[in-house]
Amino acid sequence: MMDGQLLAVEDLEVSFATEDGLVRAVSGVSFTVSRGEVVAIVGESGSGKSVTVMTLMGLTRSPNSRFAGSARLRGQDLVDAPEQALEAVRGKEIAMIFQDPISSLSPVQRVGAQIVEQIRAHEKVSKAAALDRAVELMSRVGIPNARERARAYPHEFSGGMRQRVMIAMALSLSPSVLIADEPTTALDVTIQAQILDEIRQLSAESDAGVIFVTHDLGVVADIADRVLVMYAGRLVEQGTVDEIFYDPQHPYTWGLLGSVTRVDRDPPRRLPAIPGQPPSLVGTLEGCPFRARCPHAFDRCRELPPLAPRLPEAPGHLDRCWLEPSVKRVRRQAGGRIGLTEGAAS
Amino acid sequence: MTENDTIVARPQADGQQPLLQAEHVQLLFPVRSGDLIGRTIGHVHAVDDVSLSLAEGQTLGIVGESGCGKSTLARCLVRLLEPTGGALRFRGADVTHLSRKPLRPLRREIQLVFQDPVASLNPRKRVGQIVGTPMRVHGMKRGDVSARVRELLQRVGLNPEHVNRFPHEFSGGQRQRIGVARALATSPRLIVLDEPVSALDVSIQAQVINLLDDLQDELGLSYVFIAHDLSVVRHFSDQIAVMYLGKFMEVSPAAELYSKPIHPYTEALLSAIPIPDPRENRDRQRRVVSGEPPNPILPPSGCRFHTRCPRATDICREAEPPLAEYASGHLAACHHPLSVSPTEIAAAKRSPLSPLSASPLMPSGREEAAPGTPLPGAPRVTAGPSGSPDGQDAPPQ
Repeated sequence: MMDGQLLAVEDLEVSFATEDGLVRAVSGVSFTVSRGEVVAIVGESGSGKSVTVMTLMGLTRSPNSRFAGSARLRGQDLVDAPEQALEAVRGKEIAMIFQDPISSLSPVQRVGAQIVEQIRAHEKVSKAAALDRAVELMSRVGIPNARERARAYPHEFSGGMRQRVMIAMALSLSPSVLIADEPTTALDVTIQAQILDEIRQLSAESDAGVIFVTHDLGVVADIADRVLVMYAGRLVEQGTVDEIFYDPQHPYTWGLLGSVTRVDRDPPRRLPAIPGQPPSLVGTLEGCPFRARCPHAFDRCRELPPLAPRLPEAPGHLDRCWLEPSVKRVRRQAGGRIGLTEGAAS
Repeated sequence: MTENDTIVARPQADGQQPLLQAEHVQLLFPVRSGDLIGRTIGHVHAVDDVSLSLAEGQTLGIVGESGCGKSTLARCLVRLLEPTGGALRFRGADVTHLSRKPLRPLRREIQLVFQDPVASLNPRKRVGQIVGTPMRVHGMKRGDVSARVRELLQRVGLNPEHVNRFPHEFSGGQRQRIGVARALATSPRLIVLDEPVSALDVSIQAQVINLLDDLQDELGLSYVFIAHDLSVVRHFSDQIAVMYLGKFMEVSPAAELYSKPIHPYTEALLSAIPIPDPRENRDRQRRVVSGEPPNPILPPSGCRFHTRCPRATDICREAEPPLAEYASGHLAACHHPLSVSPTEIAAAKRSPLSPLSASPLMPSGREEAAPGTPLPGAPRVTAGPSGSPDGQDAPPQ
């Protein structure tokens, strides 16, 4: 696995100085991404999943942000790299697709020109050649009449088509790592299915590593090879998609799995919600960040559990929970399915 | 919630009068030419001849992709928009073209909860003002307002001490609760929920859905629940309508829609939703519908789904299918229905909710065996991401 490794994030910390104090958005996050692998980061809003990936792109840099730890893309550091070095990498080696395609495209420039601009920022090619490439990319991601559509403005596209333009732009320089931050959240299900197919196919073809940020566990089950579960700025569990769905170790993961509505099953009388709210990230969080909402918390949870393998049969499956795996197997049962509690109150 | 009290209740349903009825409601937005004269050069068919009927205490789910007209329909139902055709009745009274003032009493009874909990709350107003405004508008005394605001905040699971906070001090889920509290302010009978949980995290979604569920049980509210996602509406709808390009494609008792989708579009929607179970997902042959919804200014002839439908034949291009009523009040507008036997097809009647423009042709059931059309039980084919089987692509922009 080491040989195919593209990206290694180690002990990444991101905090922002705000009027209310230091917000610790990401604390001690470590993970790797290998060639041709789709790594999904799941978690609620505010869990730090977007900050993590934006930091990889150098998009969280500001006078108020503080960083620690490292993120190496084929040896090149992304966290401390000077802006100039980052500019050479960004777009070329690591590219990002954002959630909201309308606000990530310039409204006053034709989409073809925007893709051309990106290509020409990194490579010495003529405008015409760059445009040819843009058109080719656009048709590859399923935009009909690409040559003609390249002359259109973003508002002339539907949401799904705009997201395809974003994907075409992200792929324009064949990056080795593609970050997709909730790329289908704003889209309809039938279009989401098309875009997911597109991303899956492209990652297989180009052998790029994909980091897929989402809150939708259905999408995770569909696209991911490995899953990272984030809560309050920390990784609380990580494993293969099967490990996370069939043998989840962290109570927060149980809660997430339990609160999903399934279209193919009769719904329970009451949806099992996770009680309470995520904690504030201002200041230091003592102990397990999930403990205030966790019905299984006990004394030891005042101390932060390390992210470690706790199952001898699955060395790659890491979690942050003090409970014994055998206890967890019993406690995560909620009405015949996995859940935090049975039909918890709202 | 009586068993047979389906929304298919006829205009003159015996006994109980439906709370809300829409009869062939149509809303066309004019498209003007860009020149000086600004002639009308076409219409966006946002809602095109939709009929429905909602009984007291019931929930109607309306599902469809963006641009299908579901939000426009919601705005028609609460009369924020005036339909350009058809009639809307609330408790039997025609409210289709009422002007601002006579609408006031109706506003009290029908409320709307918006999708975006950030944009739908005024950032400069305190929560107390936001929730209290509808009461003041409807003439409640100042002293009573503040007591009622606190009571409502408590009811929706917020701390009543927070009346003086601003919306930005709340999380998304809490803001949606403020939106719900505001909707409850005038003690309405019907709340139209326009994607109330789409902007929320899953764990918070469940909290808000449970809250809406409790409120319905407690206050006997009726809901129209708009969603783009079939898995969310499943939870508390009695009836679900699937909308496509301004028309209802299928209207079904909630559970039956999932076990027995009749319209190919419904089936496509169902199969597009990823199941949160990796193994089942891998085993499932998904039918990815190609293309995008066509332009609503020039909707396709005949069945509006025919440009993307894997089962479409000539008749679909020529004749608009009526809503056929199958057993248990399950309606579907399709010439080649899925999941129904020839006997069921033969027994189907034309529903009075059918669009006026629909052809008299009812599904014959014989096409089932026609060459080229997959049988209901046949293995599903996954169509490629572009280009539908018959070469019909999305129509020109």
